[in-house]
Amino acid sequence: MLLQALAFYVFAFVVMASATMVVVSRNPVYSVLFLILAFFNAAALFILIGAEFIAMILVIVYVGAVAVLFLFVVMMLDINVTQLREGFLKYLPVGSLIGLVLLLEILLGLGVLGGNSPAMEGLAKSGAQVGAIDNTRAIGRVLYTQYFYLFQAAGVVLLVAMIGAIVLTLRSRPGVRRQRVAEQLYRPKDQTIAVVKVPTREGV
Amino acid sequence: MTIGLGHYLFVAAVLFTLGILGIFLNRKNVIVILMCVELMLLAVNINLVAFSVYQGNIVGQVFAMLVLTVAAAEAAIGLAILVVYFRNRGTIEVEDINAMKG
Repeated sequence: MLLQALAFYVFAFVVMASATMVVVSRNPVYSVLFLILAFFNAAALFILIGAEFIAMILVIVYVGAVAVLFLFVVMMLDINVTQLREGFLKYLPVGSLIGLVLLLEILLGLGVLGGNSPAMEGLAKSGAQVGAIDNTRAIGRVLYTQYFYLFQAAGVVLLVAMIGAIVLTLRSRPGVRRQRVAEQLYRPKDQTIAVVKVPTREGV
Repeated sequence: MTIGLGHYLFVAAVLFTLGILGIFLNRKNVIVILMCVELMLLAVNINLVAFSVYQGNIVGQVFAMLVLTVAAAEAAIGLAILVVYFRNRGTIEVEDINAMKG
């Protein structure tokens, strides 16, 4: 139990520290790399709490797809970093004030800071574990039966996103020579070759 | 020394606040703003999974998966728009994005 608590504190600290570095980092490439670190540690937190499937999905989807997409875009766009950093110090006081107030509001609302917690009164009592079957099987049992339409709707969302991204970024540049196979195949013979009767010793 | 629900909610609250703080501080960089949105969605996911485990109800994790799906779709579309915008204008400063002001 002590080891679990220690692991939780380490992972939670790394998550919060790397999230801070995402915000304050000067170079967007470093921001993406710290975002990847934050996702890995959040996945470790999920494993600690016993949600292995979500942890693996987090690593695959966020680190494998989303963060790499961010990295590609950051490296592809030619960004003037110093120009983008203007106004960071100007917004720092009011931004951190708003952030502090918001954090205090959330924590007071949850009752994490104070002793009594109205939001978590009933939860601590009913802390029944999901139980004998493992996490992935438990998710699959409800995802493919009770929430099947929601599952299909998530697939439709991904399809729409894929088509949208392709349509947005596809461009047809002028002046690019492409092979037009249908035109090549339908070219008739009399336009393609010409039989020339060459007179002897005169040439064409 | 047991790790309870409150610990996870604290981490999620800090992450969410950092996301909002990042949107305030990086007013010019759209990419960092998108990353901060991802951080906030991660905080929401931590909340959902923590409540799901401590309540003994698996539905929270199913919903966390749907949030993850929407986050991936949002990142793809947002970055595609960003690439198209950069191709047309040569800059991604937020203050310049006012072509649809009318």
